[in-house]
Order: sequence, then C-alpha cells, then structure tokens
Amino acid sequence: MTATLDRVDVPRTAPARGRSRARARHRLTVLAFLAPAAIGFALFFGYPLIATVVFSFTRYDLINPPEWIGLENYAYMFGDKLFLTAVTNTLWFVVVLTFARVVFALGVASVIARLKSGVGLVRTLCYLPSLAPPVAATLVFFLVMRPNDGPLDVVLGWFGIQSPLWFADPAWSKAGITAVMLWVSGDLMIIILAAVLDVPQEQYEAAELDGAGPLRRWWHITLPSISPVLMFGVVNSIILALQLFTQAVVAGSAASGAADLTGNTKYLGFPENSTLTFPVWLYTQGFRYFDMGYAAAMATVLFVISFIATAFLVQRMRRASHQEEGGPGA
Amino acid sequence: MTAVLDRPTREPAADRGPRRNWRAVLDWVAVHSIGLALALMFALPIVFVFLTAVMSDSQAFTSELWPREWHWGNFLEAFDKAPLLKYLGNSMLYSLLATAGMLLSSIPAAYALAKLRWRGRNVVFLLVVGAMMLPPQVVAVPLYDSWSSLGLTGSLWPLIAPYFLFDAFSIFLLRQFILTIPQSYVDAARVDGCSEFQTLVRIVVPMARPGIAATALFCFLYTWNDYFGPLLYTGEKPDQWTLSLALSSFKGMHHVQWNLAMAVTLLTMIPAVVLFAFAQRSFVKGITFTGVKG
Repeated sequence: MTATLDRVDVPRTAPARGRSRARARHRLTVLAFLAPAAIGFALFFGYPLIATVVFSFTRYDLINPPEWIGLENYAYMFGDKLFLTAVTNTLWFVVVLTFARVVFALGVASVIARLKSGVGLVRTLCYLPSLAPPVAATLVFFLVMRPNDGPLDVVLGWFGIQSPLWFADPAWSKAGITAVMLWVSGDLMIIILAAVLDVPQEQYEAAELDGAGPLRRWWHITLPSISPVLMFGVVNSIILALQLFTQAVVAGSAASGAADLTGNTKYLGFPENSTLTFPVWLYTQGFRYFDMGYAAAMATVLFVISFIATAFLVQRMRRASHQEEGGPGA
Repeated sequence: MTAVLDRPTREPAADRGPRRNWRAVLDWVAVHSIGLALALMFALPIVFVFLTAVMSDSQAFTSELWPREWHWGNFLEAFDKAPLLKYLGNSMLYSLLATAGMLLSSIPAAYALAKLRWRGRNVVFLLVVGAMMLPPQVVAVPLYDSWSSLGLTGSLWPLIAPYFLFDAFSIFLLRQFILTIPQSYVDAARVDGCSEFQTLVRIVVPMARPGIAATALFCFLYTWNDYFGPLLYTGEKPDQWTLSLALSSFKGMHHVQWNLAMAVTLLTMIPAVVLFAFAQRSFVKGITFTGVKG
C-alpha cells in the first residue's frame, strides 16, 4: 500500500473574476459526490461505534430499555471462563494463522515466480479456492479430513501415519481450520507474487554475476525488496484472525453433527470449546443469549485491538507515501 | 584466463558447459515438481468433493475414493431435499442489489477521493481504510438493535441497504484504480468545459471500466460468500436464507448423505468459478491493487 496518500495537483481553470463562485461550486460538487458515502459512514460506522461503547456500560436484552451498570460487563470478563477460552483461541489464530499464512503464501508465490512453463495453470489453481464461500471451503476440508475413512487419512495411511480425529479432536480442530485458511490464501499469494515479479531483474543478474545461487538471491534480494508487502500480509492476516467466525462455526457445527442452526448453541466451539473464537463468543452472548451489553463490551475490546493493528498499517502507509511524494499510483 | 574474463562467456546457455547445464536442468526439475505438487494440493480437495458428490449414498460413507457408479442425479436430488432455488433467489437478490447499490454510491466517492482536490481528503481516506479493516462484529450490536426497532430483522434488507450509501472496500479499491488514470485526461475534460459530473461519466468511468468490473466482482462474491450477515439477520427465518447460510445446516439436516452435502457445496462455488473464467484478468488485477500497488 505505498503512495496511496499522494497529492494530485489540479490546475485552476476558472477565470479570476469568477474564482470565488467557482470555488463555492467546486465545494458543492465535492459535497455532492461524497454525501451518500458520508451519510453511510455516519450511519453504519460512526453511530454504531459510539453506541457499542455506550451499550457496553449497560445491561440490555433488546426488549427492556438499557440499564446503566457501569463497568460491570468488563469486570465480568475476568470471571468468565469461556471469555478467557475465547481470547486464548483467538490469540492462537493470531499467532499461528498469521505466521503460517504469510510463510505459506510467500513460499507458493516464490515457486510460481520461478516457474517457466505452466505458470498460468498453477497460478489459477492456487488462486481459485480463495473465491469459494468460506462455508463451502470449510465443508470441503471437513470431508477431506474426515476421521478414519476420509481421503487425507487414507493417503496418510499409505505411509503408515495414524492421523488424529482432526475437527473432532480439541487438540487438532484449530489446525484443521488453519488448513482451510491456507487453502484459501490465494489472494495474498497473488499480492506477494506481483511484488516478487516487480523486483528489478538487473538486481538478480548482478547477484548472479557475483556467483549467488537461487536461494541466496531469494534471501538477499527478493525478501528485502518485498518486505513492505509482507508487512501488509502480516497485518492483513492478524485482522483476518481477529474476526475468524464462519470457519469456526461451520467446523464446530459440522463436527458435532448438530441438527440445525437455529437456537442450537451446543455446537458452538465444538469440540470442548476449542473452536470458540472471540467473535463466536461475542455472537453467542449477544444474539443467542441476548446479553447485548456484554456483547458490546466484547466488541469494544475487539475494536481497540483491531484499531491498534489498523493504526500500525496506516502509519506505515503514511510513511511510505511521504517517502515517495509525487506521481499518482507510483 | 582470469576469473574476470571468464564472466561474460557465461551469458549464452549453450556455452555453459555440461556441468552448468546439468545444474540448470536439475533446478528446472525441482522447481517444476514443487509447482506441480502445489497445483495438486490446491486442486485435489475439490476433486475429492466432486468424486464424493457423484457416489451412491452407501459408497459415500466408505473410504473408497473413486465412485463405483456415477450418480449424476445427486445434483438434482439435492434440490428435492431443500428449497435450494429459494436460497439461490435470496442469494441473487442480496448479491445483485448490493453490487448495484455499491456502484451507485462508491464510484462518485472514489472519484472525489482520487481526482478532486479538497481539504481533509487524506483524513477521509484514512477513515475509509479504517472502516475497511473493522471486524463486522464490532458494530453488530447497535446495528442489529436499530434494524430490529425498524422491524427489518428477519430479512436481507439490513445487509443490502448499506451498499447504497457506503462500502469501504469498494471505495478503497475504486480509488486505487482511478488514481492510475492520467491526470491529463481529467484536466483536458475540465478545460473543454466539462463539469465534474460530466468528467466522471464521460472520461473516468469508461477509462476505469476494468477497475469497476473488478470491484463489482469482489462485491458480488463477498456478499455471495457472506455468512455472518445472513446468519445474524435471517438465522431464524429459513425462507430468507442465502445459499451460503443454508449450506452450513444442510450437512446437519441430512447428516447421512455426504454425497448430497458435497453436491450442494459444489453448487455454491459455481458463481465464483464462472465469474473467474470470464474475468480472470480483472480478478488478478484487482487483487494486486488491494495490496501493494496503488
């Protein structure tokens, strides 16, 4: 995300006598173009962000009017065992999923960048799964990693490997979800691949003349050149991990064999709350138990954490744009 | 011969000598086998799902990987088990209306952020980026509360309506595309007396068509794939379910029938594959624009 904050100089075309009128008209044009977005931002981000914080100090069940209870919701978090489980699970994903996703996408992109034939086909096959609905992708892996008679277990069996129960095993269910997320990481791969292919060819040639092999060239030239993109990948993956919801709910409900979605909360987090992520617990509290105040308190915590991650990314964007002030889209 | 003189002779591959050639071949083989393995790794899960989808009810339960008989009728049978056409209609309603609304609201906003000069533009752009990064769960409670007091929960309208005003990701992506349009075209239109609206419609929109296509594709697929939104607002109203939401309970409702569950899984992926087949370049371009290039 470099140079996204550049300035574009628009030459003034208005004649001197009508300048102030032209300026007023210009202001009106800007306003007209932005009005829907501004209203939408206020309604769907501005208001709910403030309201979330306000709700977090209340007890509210959607039927009776909210009742002010101060910091009680926040105090309750420390005694809520499942809240701590949810935090631990989400932290697991923030660490493991972020690391695995960036390393995996980087590895795949580096291999594709070196292919001489079949590039288009391999790239397409790697990217296509990322377009699948998350529900479908999770079910695909639920089939592939079906315990005992699923394809993965059959293949592992050929090598004499005894596989775990995957989504039904609390120690492996998060690994199963991570596998799903890696399968659909094609968008990050394409972003990294574009950056790898953008590295000036002369740098490689110079290094080759100095006798550097492919691995050393990758380490000393490719990696440093694409580090801003990798940084983007890390922040992007952290935000993805913080809001991990669909895959966890679908994996949990499929593995538990729950009969249906409506009203049945037993499957959430199955097995043994190992897939109970922070957003899943927030959803359960708010929209299954209708404890809106507590859900709002959790939402406030989630907001603060994702705000820090976003601010970090935006800070880098600004720095990058100051470094190369100028041309649009440089 | 010194080492310095040696170097230029390495340029043409034919002169490299047998040892260098051998190493190059080995390198080629290694890279391409990994590439092939990766391609298989990404493709095989779908192949397994497909093979399971066309198995008989009893075989889908076994560890066999290849169907003994090909039951193509499974794809049709799935339609008897659940009102899939209804879900399909709901998904289409959500995705098409949201995409249309997004185009109406986001193109002018993206233009104002990319090509108009006004004070506070950078701050507004940062707000857009911030909104884009915000987990949807953060604002879910007050929004659900508001839609509920309007009596609109239990329908897809709380999900569709916002697109007619504001969609952060689309504004961001469109802005990145419009930035790449040379300023001289925009200036020329202004010199010729075009109003900003005319400049947008006659110059910018036609030139940004690939970018607009990519943004529309992403918007369509995002809404098609959405799970949290439909679950939140229509979870208790099965006649309003989207395909994605229905799929998550299909496996549970038809616990025994792996083959049918997998047939429906494949059906939900069709739009993505079709859109990708027709607009592969837009997808790839759009994806690179979201990340690094601006």
